[in-house]
Amino acid sequence: MNYLMFVCMDDTATPDPEDLATMRERTQSWVDEMDGRGIRVQGQRLRPQQDATTVSVRAGDVVVADGPFAETKEQIAGFDILHCADLDEAIEVASKHPVARFGTLELRPFWEE
Amino acid sequence: MTPDARTAVAEAFTEEWGRVVATLIGRTGDWDLAEDCAQQAFAEAVRRWPRDGVPDRPGAWLTTVARNRATDRLRHEQMKTRKLREASDMAARHAPGDDDPAAEPDDSGIEDERLRLMFTCCHPALPLEGRVALTLRALAGLTTAEIAHAFFVSEPTMAKRLVRAKGKIIHAGIPYRVPPAHLLPERTSGVLAVLYLLFNEGYAASAGDHLIRIDLCGEAIRLARALTALMPDEPEATGLLALMLFQHSRRLARVDAAGDLVTLENQDRARWNRAECDEAEVLLQGALRRRQAGPYQLQAAIAACHAGAPTAEATDWAQIAGLYERLLEVMPQALVRLNHAVAIGMATSPEQGLALADELVAAGELADYHLLYATRADLLRRLGRDAEAHAAYRDALQRTTSAAERRFLNRRIQETDGRR
Repeated sequence: MNYLMFVCMDDTATPDPEDLATMRERTQSWVDEMDGRGIRVQGQRLRPQQDATTVSVRAGDVVVADGPFAETKEQIAGFDILHCADLDEAIEVASKHPVARFGTLELRPFWEE
Repeated sequence: MTPDARTAVAEAFTEEWGRVVATLIGRTGDWDLAEDCAQQAFAEAVRRWPRDGVPDRPGAWLTTVARNRATDRLRHEQMKTRKLREASDMAARHAPGDDDPAAEPDDSGIEDERLRLMFTCCHPALPLEGRVALTLRALAGLTTAEIAHAFFVSEPTMAKRLVRAKGKIIHAGIPYRVPPAHLLPERTSGVLAVLYLLFNEGYAASAGDHLIRIDLCGEAIRLARALTALMPDEPEATGLLALMLFQHSRRLARVDAAGDLVTLENQDRARWNRAECDEAEVLLQGALRRRQAGPYQLQAAIAACHAGAPTAEATDWAQIAGLYERLLEVMPQALVRLNHAVAIGMATSPEQGLALADELVAAGELADYHLLYATRADLLRRLGRDAEAHAAYRDALQRTTSAAERRFLNRRIQETDGRR
């Protein structure tokens, strides 16, 4: 099973200072572990919403707008593509992500025919 | 059909439905196919058992017939290559003599299949209402219409709920298995929670005219029995079964001839089902011997105190209050605090009970729960503070839609009105 994992953070949430200080290392060690287990196919941290652009085509016109398509408190801060045996493994992997302690991880299975 | 064969089919349905469905899901991974083929196997039993006699092992017979139907169906869908592979796997795993249902060997894995189904239906990634519906459909064999009726929703709504839950199991990759050891405690409590929710839905209907829906209670007890048989080393499962039996044993005394609620102290204890109390007591003692008292065992122990009291006056409220204190340690919830307040109100004094109930009010806990106000009202009434009691009964009345509870509260309002 393949899952896209959104790493979401409430932009008003304030994580533990201690959490923040070691965030980078702990994220790296999570990446190393999941890469080593052959679970993490790919992943990326994303620039914040203020750098987002939305694009749509309406009546033949390309409509470009600044910002995300929906204003929410939850921001997608990054994503990882996970290759797991099943949802329980994906849950275990997500629960080990450092952001899980103050943000939310959303697991979306790939649409498979 | 002869009455014997009819009874046998009905009994087999209760006993074997979940097992047949679980086995087929285990073999094919296809929930709808499993349900359809189980249905067909029971239809076949209705036709053949009166003529051929009831087989020695009805469960094995039904499983074989259902499995053969599934194999046929999968062969007919040969275009779908993935399913074809499963069909040939299934056929390969069974010897030719296999078409004779009586030849079905007793597969020791069959018990596990049902447990697997239980854990899958109660997976925390499914919405709670989906878990409940799926458990009733796949394990208990209730029809979509029956489940819809039990939860006061339309049949299409319930059908949609079931389709969504089954769809999520497949698409999100929810595993069909008994969870590994490190997940087992957490997931087991998830299964117990679903069964208890089911029981409570039946015990106190959240809406409508009938206070007790015995069918849902009966299904919950049946499923809890199956679970304790499958997990004999799990004292909380046994504790839950004991708790349900204690509560269920009072069903006839809990409602009067007019369908109105009768509180515990006013119940005719002669109408409590003694056999169920006794069974619950034995189960509870067995569980407690393991010395891992969790929330269900403690709640069952409290129920046992009531069951053991020959009259309401003889209730050992001090012991009950002590058990609630232990329960608060493992389950620090507002509802438990409310029940603790009731117990203290009886064991120590109404004033102290009221003080605990007022702490909940001050903290804004259970603000929409009618029993918080009914409890306050009752304590106030016992303290002779009738005007305040009257107001509290009115607060309670505003917060319940159950017709029987409303009648009970209205009676109390009239009583306190006269004495204000």
